[in-house]
Amino acid sequence: MATAHPIDPIHQFHVDRIVPLHFLGADVSFTNASVFMLVIVAVATLLMLIGSFNHKMVPGRLQSIAEVTYEFIASTLELSSGREGMRFFPFVFSIFMFVFLANLIGIIPYTFTVTSQLAVTFGLAMIVIGTVVIYGIIKHGSHFFGLFAPSGVSPILLPFMILIEVISFISRPISLSIRLFANMLAGHITLVVMGGFVAGLLAAGSFFTIVAPLPLLMVVIFLAFELLVAFLQAYVFTILTCVYLNDAVHPGH
Amino acid sequence: MAQSAEQASEAADAAMMAEVRQEVHKEAFPPFDSSNFVPLFFWLGISFLLLYFLMSRLALPRIGGILHNRKEKLRTDMQEAIALHAQAKEAAALQEKTIAEAKAKAVALAQENQAKLRAESDARQKQVESELAAKLDAAETRIAEMKASAMSNVTAIAQEAAGAIFQQFVGKAPDTKKLTAALKAKA
Repeated sequence: MATAHPIDPIHQFHVDRIVPLHFLGADVSFTNASVFMLVIVAVATLLMLIGSFNHKMVPGRLQSIAEVTYEFIASTLELSSGREGMRFFPFVFSIFMFVFLANLIGIIPYTFTVTSQLAVTFGLAMIVIGTVVIYGIIKHGSHFFGLFAPSGVSPILLPFMILIEVISFISRPISLSIRLFANMLAGHITLVVMGGFVAGLLAAGSFFTIVAPLPLLMVVIFLAFELLVAFLQAYVFTILTCVYLNDAVHPGH
Repeated sequence: MAQSAEQASEAADAAMMAEVRQEVHKEAFPPFDSSNFVPLFFWLGISFLLLYFLMSRLALPRIGGILHNRKEKLRTDMQEAIALHAQAKEAAALQEKTIAEAKAKAVALAQENQAKLRAESDARQKQVESELAAKLDAAETRIAEMKASAMSNVTAIAQEAAGAIFQQFVGKAPDTKKLTAALKAKA
């Protein structure tokens, strides 16, 4: 205990203030999370711009990635919210790119996983829901609230239905943010704990040194799994965004 | 003395515990640490706005343009290919027609030539035949003439010989008229 360095699986989630800043009395310090958010923006922009730099008829590798991502998000959005939903394409694309790159960059050791912060995932979810509500009210006015009153329900049941619909609507940003946050948090804790086992077993010596590769193997498997989760959670976030946007475009059941 | 030392150590323990507790409190689980929320929201807002701006103004129109151009190119190329295909089909049909026409013409020409040749050979054959027939006729008449003249010569020779023989036997020239009549009766 005294010799072994305790490996803290929580340490990776620390938000360190690199440049403490205050704006109108609010703490807007530039943190390691800010660094990685800007890294995400830079990587996304470079990928898309370099990918479209040559305008090739037959795409190269980078251009293929950019084009496949574009068409993937475009088809996902069009499938769930139709032609009218395509006005949100840049928005949905940005959501996907942000979440996917945050998850992906987070897998690299010594990086900071932006999406493992509840505040970030909740912020993203609120951006989505805020867009839905604001666009829905601007486009459809009070008709947008017809979303909460399903048609063809008997007047006796209607209050209950409205209550249920309101609760389900309010729980959307919560489920959206907690799903992503919990997935990323759990995955990263697992990785560090498994890695800690390797170090601990090696330090313990003798027999334990022999079995040390076992958790290492687990780390490798979990890394592959995390890669899948990184994409899957970004996709789930995106497709739910599309579904919610569909409510703003076509309210009423 | 011992009691006060114990008390002191207890106090020290309590102070340490408090410190530890405070440290534990300070070390709240970072994702739930509310003091981080505002800077995270702030920078999320800035980065997302920046990303949205860069994607919607810069990146996506370019990729969309590339994809649109490719679709257009594929569409026009496809149309061109279809048109060329139709043209090729037309040309093939035309060629077939030309070949068929040429074949028919060739067959007709061959038949015509054959008929002409046959007619010509027929005519020539007829001409040769008629010429031969004429020659044959001429030869026959000549033969008849020669025969007649030969026959008349034979009569004269016979008359002369008969006259000579008569003279040898009788000693005087025979009567020509009687001789001729006798020969005619004998012939």
